[in-house]
Amino acid sequence: MNPADDFRNREHCTALLEQIRRESKTPVVIMEVCGGHTMALYRNGITTMLPDTIRMVSGPGCPVCVSDIRYIDHAIALARQPDVIVTTYGDLIRVPGSSSSLEKVKAAGANVQVVWSGLEAVETAARNPDKKIVFLGIGFETTIPGTAIAVLDTQKKNLNNFFALCSHKVMPPAMTALIDEGVRIDAYLCPGHVSTITGSAIYEPIASRYKKPCVISGFEPADILQSILMIVRQVEAHTAAVEIQYTRVVHRGGNPKAQAMIETVFTPCDDWWRGLGVIPGSGLRLADDFRQYDAVAMLPVTVEPPRETKGCICGSILKGLQYPVDCPLFAKACTPDTPVGACMVSSEGACAAFFQYGTYEK
Amino acid sequence: MKNNIILLNHGSGGRLTRQLIDEVFGARFSNPQLDARTDASVVNCGGSSVAFTTDSFVVQPRFFPGGDIGKLAVCGTVNDLAVSGAIPQALSAAFIIEEGFSLEELDRIAASMAKTADAAGVSIVTGDTKVVGHGMADGVFITTAGIGTIAENRIAIGNGSKVLPGDVVLINGPVGDHGMAILAARNDLPYKAEVASDCAPLAGLIGSVLDRYSDAVTFMRDATRGGLGTVLCELAESIQRDIHIDEVTIPIRKVVRSMCDMFGFDPLFIANEGKVVMTVRPDAADAVLSLMREHSFGSQTTTIGTVSECTAAKVHLQTAIGGRRIIAIPAGDQLPRIC
Repeated sequence: MNPADDFRNREHCTALLEQIRRESKTPVVIMEVCGGHTMALYRNGITTMLPDTIRMVSGPGCPVCVSDIRYIDHAIALARQPDVIVTTYGDLIRVPGSSSSLEKVKAAGANVQVVWSGLEAVETAARNPDKKIVFLGIGFETTIPGTAIAVLDTQKKNLNNFFALCSHKVMPPAMTALIDEGVRIDAYLCPGHVSTITGSAIYEPIASRYKKPCVISGFEPADILQSILMIVRQVEAHTAAVEIQYTRVVHRGGNPKAQAMIETVFTPCDDWWRGLGVIPGSGLRLADDFRQYDAVAMLPVTVEPPRETKGCICGSILKGLQYPVDCPLFAKACTPDTPVGACMVSSEGACAAFFQYGTYEK
Repeated sequence: MKNNIILLNHGSGGRLTRQLIDEVFGARFSNPQLDARTDASVVNCGGSSVAFTTDSFVVQPRFFPGGDIGKLAVCGTVNDLAVSGAIPQALSAAFIIEEGFSLEELDRIAASMAKTADAAGVSIVTGDTKVVGHGMADGVFITTAGIGTIAENRIAIGNGSKVLPGDVVLINGPVGDHGMAILAARNDLPYKAEVASDCAPLAGLIGSVLDRYSDAVTFMRDATRGGLGTVLCELAESIQRDIHIDEVTIPIRKVVRSMCDMFGFDPLFIANEGKVVMTVRPDAADAVLSLMREHSFGSQTTTIGTVSECTAAKVHLQTAIGGRRIIAIPAGDQLPRIC
C-alpha cells in the first residue's frame, strides 16, 4: 500500500491543474511557508505548470535557513569539548558556521553523531555515562515534541549527562510579521506537519484579522495542487478562511498530547530570524524547571564571534521579496558545494531547491 | 584543496569525490587512460587490449539482505569490467583484517566471494592479507582488482564517445534497492524485511547483449554509489548532449520510494549494486530490451529516456505529473531531513 500513488497520479494532477487554470482570474501571490513544500514544488516541476496568475514564493519555513549562524557556532564549540558527544539530525551536519562545520570538526576528531530522534540521543546518554550528550533541538512545531519527550525521558531516567541546545521556533508569529512588514502575500500554503501538532486554529487570526486565505497542505503533488485550487476558490470568492486539505493527518485541534508536552517543557521567548530580525514570542526556550538540561546554561563554552557572509540576499528570499535567481551569487559563488548563504546550505532552502532542480527562471 | 582534511563526504561518489580525484589523484597520476575517468581502463598488453579496474569495499553491516561484503567485492569489480565492454577473466582480492576478527565470519565472506566469482565466470587468482591492530580497521576491508579481455570495437562503450542524439536510455530494473537495504539493515528499520540489495554480477547479462548487439550499444555504466542520477549527469557532461528522462518510466519499488519519501531522499541518487545504464541505437532498442528481459538480472529492464540534439549537457526530467525539472548531482551523500 502506498497512498502516495494516488497523490502522484498524472490524471488527477492534470485535472486539478485544468480546474486551477479555469478558475484562477485574479493574480495571486501564494507563500509556501514550509521548506518541505518548496522542495515538493520544484522536485515535481509544479511551478512550471501553474498559470501566470499564480505566483509561488518561498517563506521562512526552513529551520536551518532562519536560524542564527551563532547556533551552529555554539554546537561546533560544544563538539570540540573532549567530553562532549554532539547528537544531531542529519541536515545540520554540513551547515557551515563562521569558520567550520559539524562535518569538519567530526573529521578532525570531534564526536558528532547523527541520530533519528531525541530519544536516540537519550539512549546515547544512558550508554555513555562518562560523556556529556548534547542534542541539537532545531525546527518548528514538528520537531519540538521530539525534543520535549527527550527531556522528559531524561528526567524520568534520572540521567545527568543529557543536554539540549535548542533553537526551536514557532510558525505563526513569523507569518504575521511578514504581513505586518508589508510583504505582498495574498494567501498562505500552510505547513502540513507543523499543523499535525498545532492543529489549524493557530492560523485563524491570519485569516480573520489579515484576511489571508490559509490552506494546510500535504506534500504530494496532488495535495499541493488541490490546496492551490482551494486558495484560488477563496480568492475568487473574496473569502479568507483556514481550510485543511491535508485531512488525512491534520485536525483542527492538532495533537493535544504533544501540545501539552511542549507547554510543560518549553517557555515562549522572543527569537531572532534571519531576514526578519527579532520576532516577539516566536521562539521556545527550555522552561526554568528544566534548566538542568539546557546546554547553554549548563555547559558554558566560548563561541567564536559570528562571521556572516556579505552579499547574499537570503534575508529577502526568506521574506519572499526576491527569488534565488535574483541573487548575484546564485549558482556562481554560491552552490551546494560552496554555499554562501543559509538558503543554499539547507537541503530544504529555496536556493538549494532552485539549484538542485534547475529552476533558473522564476 | 580548500578543505584541508578528508571528510566522509569525499567518499560519497558525488561532486566532492570527483573534486578529490581531480585535484589529488588525477593531478598526480595523469595519463590518457586515467584521465578518461571510465569504470575500467583499457591498457595495451603486448599488442592486445586488456581492461583493468579496482575497487575497495568497507560496507557496514557486512551481511545484509541480498548480499554481503564478499559478494559486493566480486560484483563491483566484475561489473566495472563488464560495463566497459570487457569479458572479465580474473580477479585479485586483498584483505585488511582487524585483530580479533572472527575466522568463521571471514570464511563465510570467502565462501560468498567464491560462489559469486563462480556465477560471474571469473577466478580469484591472486590476493593479499594484512592484519592491523584492534581499532585500526572496522572488521575487514576488501579490495578487488580485475582484468578482462576487450574487443577493439567495444572500447568506446565505456566512454560514451559513440553516443548520438536519438539513442535510447535503458536500465535493467528498479533503482535504489541496495542503498535502502543497507540503510534499513544498518539502522534496524522496520523496512528491513521488505528490501534486499540488488547486488548481482552483470557480466552474463551484458555479455549476452554485446554478443548480438555490440554495434548498437553505445554506452554502458553501472549505477553504483551515486545512483542513476549521477550516471546520467556524468554521461550528459562527457558527451556534451542533453538527456531527457521520463520519471514515470523509472522503475522503483514501492518500499524504496516509501523510504525515500520518509527520509527526504531522491531515489535517483541512491546506490545500486546490480544496475547497468545503457544507451542503445533507437532502431535496436526494442530488440535489446526484449533480450535483456529474458535474463534474470534484466527481467525488469525499461526504457527511461533519450539523448537529445541539445548541447547544454543537462539532464531533464519530465516529472510524473507532467512538470519539468533538471537532474543535478547533489553536493554529497543525501542527509535525512529534519522534518
